[in-house]
Amino acid sequence: MSEFFASIGFLQEGPFAVPRWEALFEKGMDTLWQGAATTLLVASLGLALALVLGIVIGVMSASHWRIPRAFARGYVEFFQNTPLLIQVFMLYNALPLLFEGLFLPVVTIGILGVGMYHGAYIAEVVRAGIQSIGRGQLEAALSQGFGYVGAMRYIVVPQAMRIVLPPMTNQAVSLIKNTSVIAIIAGGDLMYAGDSFAGRFGHYGPTYVMVGLIYFLMCFPLAILARRLEERLRAD
Amino acid sequence: MIKLTGVSKHFGSHQALKNIDLEVPAGQKLVVIGPSGSGKSTLIRCMNMLEKPSAGQVIVDGVDLTAHRAPIAKVRQSVAMVFQQFNLYPHKTVLENLTLAPIVVRGVSKDEATETALQYLERVGLSEKKDKYPAQLSGGQQQRVAIARALNMHPKIMLFDEPTSALDPEMIQEVLEVIVGLADSGITMVVVTHEMGFAKEAADRVIFIDEGEILEDGTPIHFFENPQHDRTKLFLSKILR
Repeated sequence: MSEFFASIGFLQEGPFAVPRWEALFEKGMDTLWQGAATTLLVASLGLALALVLGIVIGVMSASHWRIPRAFARGYVEFFQNTPLLIQVFMLYNALPLLFEGLFLPVVTIGILGVGMYHGAYIAEVVRAGIQSIGRGQLEAALSQGFGYVGAMRYIVVPQAMRIVLPPMTNQAVSLIKNTSVIAIIAGGDLMYAGDSFAGRFGHYGPTYVMVGLIYFLMCFPLAILARRLEERLRAD
Repeated sequence: MIKLTGVSKHFGSHQALKNIDLEVPAGQKLVVIGPSGSGKSTLIRCMNMLEKPSAGQVIVDGVDLTAHRAPIAKVRQSVAMVFQQFNLYPHKTVLENLTLAPIVVRGVSKDEATETALQYLERVGLSEKKDKYPAQLSGGQQQRVAIARALNMHPKIMLFDEPTSALDPEMIQEVLEVIVGLADSGITMVVVTHEMGFAKEAADRVIFIDEGEILEDGTPIHFFENPQHDRTKLFLSKILR
């Protein structure tokens, strides 16, 4: 057996050599799991923020009120058309200049960063969902004395959410992966933990394979969920 | 109860309503008849401001709805509308369709809203469907639920916008019977319809509207037996054949 492994060149030397794997399993996994915990924290709070922003801004951009609609459009275009990496960099470096002494913890920056960025995408999903609900629903609610916000909250948005659940779940998947940008500001997340362990000992190969695998384990169940929801929606 | 003064409505270059004056006293059962595209739906939708008039004044229950910052939502609580396409809330059960607005909008307790809802479902003959979803009901049943939903707001005014036009013929009667049954209730009713039998049976007053103008205004007998305008006669000759 060992002769068989000995015959495989890339396990003898180079980035994926066996000793590097051994080092990762002996010294690296604790660091990675800690990073994964931080990633989960940033992702779950970021997702909560993204959902709130996405629903509020999605409702605003589907409304007939000119100023909220203009604000919502501006928000969406800004966050969709600039890289998340730069947004996070600005939160970290420019915020303390704009508001003197405002140094946010990196985890908070991560939550704000992915929350606001994916909030813009979710807003577009929500807007499309709202617009797919027939106008009669809004009119029925208004005719019963609901205000616009109440009609959205009780009648239109709950129906829209059912439709947009699958694309929303896909947004959650990309949000998890995008939390990795806080590695550039020493965010303590999974990507950062991987980077620092790999950098310290030079075991890049096994470390990044493992980091990728852990991201996959976090995202894959959601991807399955998205497909299930979509099938259920089609069945109705 | 409802007073329209000089109401006009434009959709782009098309004028759907031309300077309409109309007063509906409390308790009256008014039927609005007219060919399709005549403006009759626009007229009834102006009465609860689902359409905003381009000009003129709409006063409902003493409140000028066309005034700046008028309390439109407040007035709508007592002006129920029944739509051609029912517009039941598909994500809510029949019972929840009836109780949602009373609870959320009018602040009625859940127990009270449920109690009256069950009474109104009984009245439209659908008590046993209370836990179904709208999609599980026939069109006629959905429209009866929509009427019960309207009633559960305890409205002073009920607006019916072609309530039977989307129904299969065999379901029209069950819905009309429910509406006729309401005629003694004292609620002011405005009904846009193509059902001439209903107009004869239930209306106190019929108006005929064509090209955005009221051409006839009087009792059902006046309308059916002694119409004044050639356009009315033409319409009746087509419809009463």
